[in-house]
Amino acid sequence: MTEHNDIDHVSGKATTGHQWDGIKELNTPLPRWWVITFYITIVWAIGYWIVYPAWPMLRSHTTGILHYSSRAEVAVELANLEKIRGDKMVALGAAPLAEIEKDPALLALARARGKTVFGDNCAPCHGSGAAGAKGYPNLNDDDWLWGGTLDQILQTIQYGARSGHAKTHESAMLAFGKEGVLKRDQIVTVANYVRSLSGLPTSPGYDASAGAKIFADNCTACHGDAGKGNQELGAPNLTDKIWLYGSDEATLVETITNGRAGVMPAWVGRLDPSTIKALAVYVHSLGGGK
Amino acid sequence: MNKPVNPIELQFEDDGPLYAARKKVYPQSVSGTFRRIKWGLMAFCLGVYYLLPFVRWNRGLGAPDQAVLVDLPNSRFYFFFIELWPQEVYYFTGLLILAAIALFLMNSVGGRIWCGYLCPQTVWTDLFYAVERFVEGDRRERMRKDVAGGSFTPRRVAELALKHSIWLLIAWWTGGAWVLYFNDAPTLVKQLATFQAPMLAYIWIAILTATTYVLAGFMREQVCVYMCPWPRIQAALTDEWALNVTYKYDRGEKRTSLKKANELRALGEQVGDCIDCYQCVAVCPTGIDIRDGAQLDCIQCGLCIDACDTVMTKIGRETRLIGYDNDINIHRRQAGKPPIYRIVRPRTITYVCMIVGVGAIMLYALLTRTLLDVNVLHDRNPVAVKLSDGSIRNAYTVRLLNKRGFDRVIAIDIDGPHNATIHVVGVDSVTPDRPAIILGRDQTTELRVLVTAPAENNSEKSVPIRFRVTDIGLGEVASTTDNFVTP
Ligand code: SF4
Ligand code: SF4
Repeated sequence: MTEHNDIDHVSGKATTGHQWDGIKELNTPLPRWWVITFYITIVWAIGYWIVYPAWPMLRSHTTGILHYSSRAEVAVELANLEKIRGDKMVALGAAPLAEIEKDPALLALARARGKTVFGDNCAPCHGSGAAGAKGYPNLNDDDWLWGGTLDQILQTIQYGARSGHAKTHESAMLAFGKEGVLKRDQIVTVANYVRSLSGLPTSPGYDASAGAKIFADNCTACHGDAGKGNQELGAPNLTDKIWLYGSDEATLVETITNGRAGVMPAWVGRLDPSTIKALAVYVHSLGGGK
Repeated sequence: MNKPVNPIELQFEDDGPLYAARKKVYPQSVSGTFRRIKWGLMAFCLGVYYLLPFVRWNRGLGAPDQAVLVDLPNSRFYFFFIELWPQEVYYFTGLLILAAIALFLMNSVGGRIWCGYLCPQTVWTDLFYAVERFVEGDRRERMRKDVAGGSFTPRRVAELALKHSIWLLIAWWTGGAWVLYFNDAPTLVKQLATFQAPMLAYIWIAILTATTYVLAGFMREQVCVYMCPWPRIQAALTDEWALNVTYKYDRGEKRTSLKKANELRALGEQVGDCIDCYQCVAVCPTGIDIRDGAQLDCIQCGLCIDACDTVMTKIGRETRLIGYDNDINIHRRQAGKPPIYRIVRPRTITYVCMIVGVGAIMLYALLTRTLLDVNVLHDRNPVAVKLSDGSIRNAYTVRLLNKRGFDRVIAIDIDGPHNATIHVVGVDSVTPDRPAIILGRDQTTELRVLVTAPAENNSEKSVPIRFRVTDIGLGEVASTTDNFVTP
């Protein structure tokens, strides 16, 4: 501090000697403890640099003598979480499938776990909300190719459909056109017949009795006499309002000509049993479950 | 403002280094009206703080019976008959608004009376000063003892030990009372005594013991002058009509000693009432001279008024040479007009109206708030699902809240699309289309609710739907609306 003895004559106080535009700065000293506290914070900061990671280097950073890392901390937390989850998942695994939905706590757990797992594994095909897409079933509706009870859903998730697993759902829609079983005009006729089954309008000039005959000869084995489908074979119900690939004539002709054989992978072995269970409950609770 | 200054004295005061050592303040004991008010308020505030956790309030079986309790693990706040849930924290916003306006009101009536009478820093510092005075004696004695600081006679050491022990005891009990607000007080006291309380409790007690001891025992007025932001804000809030502790220089000047004053008066000369006895300075807890005019360091505690009143009474002159007053009145008196006091004026009326208004809104919200609540979230993906028979289904996440202290049976109804049916996942409807669930006391539950409606009856793209939940026993109803969407 420079030596000076300038006294502001209005307040009678000493000034610091600084002056801006004729305005003088009064010397109002800070209390000493205040300044000491300030120095302590500086020392504290230096200590912090030494103890914790602080300075960025060219390629890495100083690690500090504690080698603290928030990433490692997260890893520990995650491990703990897995442990906590582990216990609860064991409880879930032990509960009979039918009982889970009756127990609000287990149901909440299964739905929460199922939702995450669904998002990670199933959403690519079925969509994040399980609304499906063309060729990929909507799991929110009540139409099920392989059955919509809890056990059936569990079965499908475990072994898939045409997945190659020994216990998978098998059977496929024949390619009637490609295999030469039906001719082009027969296919158009039967496609119109199928549309009529669910109350959709048919093309002009369509012969209803011819359609019924072709259907009875070729399709009833899988889809049943009335076209109501067969869940044993994954054969869709043709009388309802839900169409996996579309209900317009061209799509149906395409389906009958070339057949369909969508694949659902088997999840057994890839997900642990209680997770699959949670998934089954989640899918069942989406609303379509029987 | 006319500010009597003694340049010589002040120059000496400021001629120090860039950083000033703390000048220790030795407030002298004083008695009088304001001191009595301060004692009363201190007893009241500390009494409330220390004893409130022990007040019981019966809330029924299983619910905490502590009148005031912040139940962090369960995210509940209990205040006598009020129980607040996390989503109701806006009541605290309301309380903060009320507190702010109350502070504005105080300021417009009596300046920084919060600082002088109610601020915890003031209350505890005052208490610590009382202890200090009790153990070490009054101002002069303490000053003498401090000057003779080097001579630690056994007596002096015992005195200091006693003072700090009492201080620490108060500080410790202050921290202890704090944690009692967060747990069942009698249980926690027992746990603390047997060293079985949660670590966090001990940590908080330690922190609050340390802060109380340091802030009230050592920092004292330094907190008000250097650390606290309130003085800056409050000083800006007072207006010209506010009654601040004021030295009536129109009456006091010219100050001179009693003897001299009497001599001069005998000669018929004009002298002031202030006899320059420095009593007002001696009692001031922030160590300032109120005769320098309004200043930031003054916490408006009124003790200088008591001190000066005592002096005035002794010398047989009118009291309230220092008093709650304002410059307007000083100027009016100087102009020979009678002083006027205006507590009721547009500003204070506005504040009172605001307090009443906000208070009424809060009270209304409190009295009309439901103890049964329902929130609904529509599924966004997919928004609507077409079922095999062509009907449409929408799914909702419904959250039910039971804020009562007992389990209840809640039925869920919908008013929405024509012929709509409702299904709750995991619930077998006892009566068709009216699912009912048991909702645990003081709990929330999340339900997946499916609403299905035939498409042919509902041609519109979106129909409003109301979810009504009814407590079958009490008949209490809560409802909320959403939309039923057709793809
Ligand atoms: S106590 Fe009153 S008389 Fe004494 S110095 Fe203060 S203002 Fe003057
Ligand atoms: S000047 Fe008076 S009112 Fe202000 S802090 Fe000091 S004693 Fe209290």
